[in-house]
Amino acid sequence: MAILVIAEHDNQNIKTSTLNTISAAQKISDEIHLIILGKGIEALVNKAKSIHVLSKVLKCDNEKLENLLPEISAPVIASVSSNYSHILAPASTFGKNLLPRISAILDITQVSDVIEIENENTFIRPIYAGNAISHVQTNQKINLLTIRPTSFEKCEDSGGDASIEDVTYVETESQTIFINREVSKSDRPELGNARVVVSGGRGLENSDNFKLLYDLADKLNAAVGASRAAVDSGYIGNECQVGQTGKMVAPDLYIAVGISGAIQHLAGMKESKVIVAINKDLEAPIFNIADYGLSSDLFQAIPEIIKELDLLNQIES
Amino acid sequence: MKVLVAVKRVVDYKVQIRVKSDNSGVETQNVKMSVNPPDENAIEEAVKLKEQGIATETIAISIGDDKCQDVLRTSMAMGIDRSILVKSPNTLEPLAVAKTLKKIIEKEKPDLVLMGKQAIDDDSNQTGQILSALINWPQGCFVSDLKIEGQKVLISREIDEGIENLETALPAVLTCDLRLNTPRFASLPNIMKAKKKPLESIEIDSLDVDTEAKIKVLKVVEPPKRKAGIMVKDVKELVQKLKNEAKVI
Ligand SMILES: Cc1cc2nc3c(=O)[nH]c(=O)nc-3n(C[C@H](O)[C@H](O)[C@H](O)COP(=O)(O)OP(=O)(O)OC[C@H]3O[C@@H](n4cnc5c(N)ncnc54)[C@H](O)[C@@H]3O)c2cc1C
Ligand SMILES: Nc1ncnc2c1ncn2[C@@H]1O[C@H](COP(=O)(O)O)[C@@H](O)[C@H]1O
Repeated sequence: MAILVIAEHDNQNIKTSTLNTISAAQKISDEIHLIILGKGIEALVNKAKSIHVLSKVLKCDNEKLENLLPEISAPVIASVSSNYSHILAPASTFGKNLLPRISAILDITQVSDVIEIENENTFIRPIYAGNAISHVQTNQKINLLTIRPTSFEKCEDSGGDASIEDVTYVETESQTIFINREVSKSDRPELGNARVVVSGGRGLENSDNFKLLYDLADKLNAAVGASRAAVDSGYIGNECQVGQTGKMVAPDLYIAVGISGAIQHLAGMKESKVIVAINKDLEAPIFNIADYGLSSDLFQAIPEIIKELDLLNQIES
Repeated sequence: MKVLVAVKRVVDYKVQIRVKSDNSGVETQNVKMSVNPPDENAIEEAVKLKEQGIATETIAISIGDDKCQDVLRTSMAMGIDRSILVKSPNTLEPLAVAKTLKKIIEKEKPDLVLMGKQAIDDDSNQTGQILSALINWPQGCFVSDLKIEGQKVLISREIDEGIENLETALPAVLTCDLRLNTPRFASLPNIMKAKKKPLESIEIDSLDVDTEAKIKVLKVVEPPKRKAGIMVKDVKELVQKLKNEAKVI
């Protein structure tokens, strides 16, 4: 049977998390359909149809879907569910907000935050902030999964030619009025899929000092992340938080600066390929998982690293 | 206005958990148990609404074994008026928890349900969303700011891109982020007072909900360990290693 993937997008582009989720779907079936909801999504749908592995793109274009309120989106997706053995969404705030409502409508238990697919009904997911790994099996008529994007490579987004099919909008009453989204714009790569992430913690002391990290990030073409403590203290926005209750990241290089390494933080970054920790406290637990530890005052170390990187660049050019 | 708060009893967040040697799950015997952290924010918010004269009654509910009484006593020591324990011999999946909450809501008729955004044991992040859909009330997830004005509910919710602001109406289901407020500590006199507050016990069987597990846990294992790293002596060595050894810059 076919698999349905729910697209996460920003009205212009399909998000990378969707491409990761499609890769996860490929582990189960060759027939993958993508459903895109939104308002004025013609261009988006036309782009999506060339995603390599898709055979069909379902679309529901309706002004009531403009802000993708979960109360309004879920019934539309549920209305096509009987054609599918699995429905997948990224385990982003978008997917987490939406898929459990489909679980309620279909009376099916969802498996959250899947990091590995063993076969069509056996899935692997972290529990207890990644301190244990659970292997679970379900035999429900439809499997509902949210997929951790960083655990699956993104699929090819070109070369395909999927057919397009309209899905009828399902009228749903809702009391909720969308006011706005406060989205911080940045030219840096997106935290969820950057190749390099530079993260700051309470050791940074204030938001002004975070400029040091931005400078370092710019040298490395990196995204900037943070610990919960740094966000709680107002040094940086919540969209930068890495960890159990923030974002999951798995870059090639993760540099933790002034972060102690609480398990809730490690939950979000310990799958990174190479981890660097810079901390003045030799006892900080972050050193236990770091590939390279530097015990030093960050206010000294970061400017020095920037200088070294500049030197390297000069030699190379 | 009546507020219902869902409180889960979980292994304390400071405990270094251990996987059971037979791989059937995580050791929960003889480890410190606590209120699920974001549920404390839900309790705090409910108590604040009462102090502000917006809520008239606050009720905490926990579903689980007899030991869940302790998290309900903690909730009442923080200021919740009374509690309900729904006794279940088995651990329930989020869908079954939500169905149980629905039954209690039909009986208690609250105007607002506050819960945590995720339980830090199973990390499911589902129950509030499911409940909202089952009872057809507005959903507000990952709330970091809340204002209630009459029937109007103004929320800021944390999303991957930043913050989303919504206006909705009571009755509603909201799930709280840790940033919503700072939970108070229960004072000793309040802990004593909480012992006298009403705690009602209900057997889950009497509620007629489908509690059968739909997901079978085959095994629970330790995560793979990272291989030990090294300490570098200075920045020069660090940059060299990243360049020539790890080849990531
Ligand atoms: C339910 C729950 C969920 C949570 N979720 C998350 C989450 O998703 N993400 C997350 O990050 N946390 C999370 N936390 C919080 C977590 O437990 C820690 O409190 C937090 O990660 C600590 O942040 P930190 O390392 O920046 O601060 P601290 O622990 O205060 O560490 C600061 C570090 O900076 C070092 N330092 C200070 N000054 C300097 C200097 N000049 N140079 C070098 N080093 C310096 C110190 O030695 C120290 O190690 C959660 C907690 C709970 C209870
Ligand atoms: N057994 C339970 N008893 C009471 N509340 C629960 C229970 N399980 C989950 N909840 C509530 O649902 C929230 C989300 O849990 P989860 O969906 O399991 O991540 C928790 O923060 C609690 O508020």
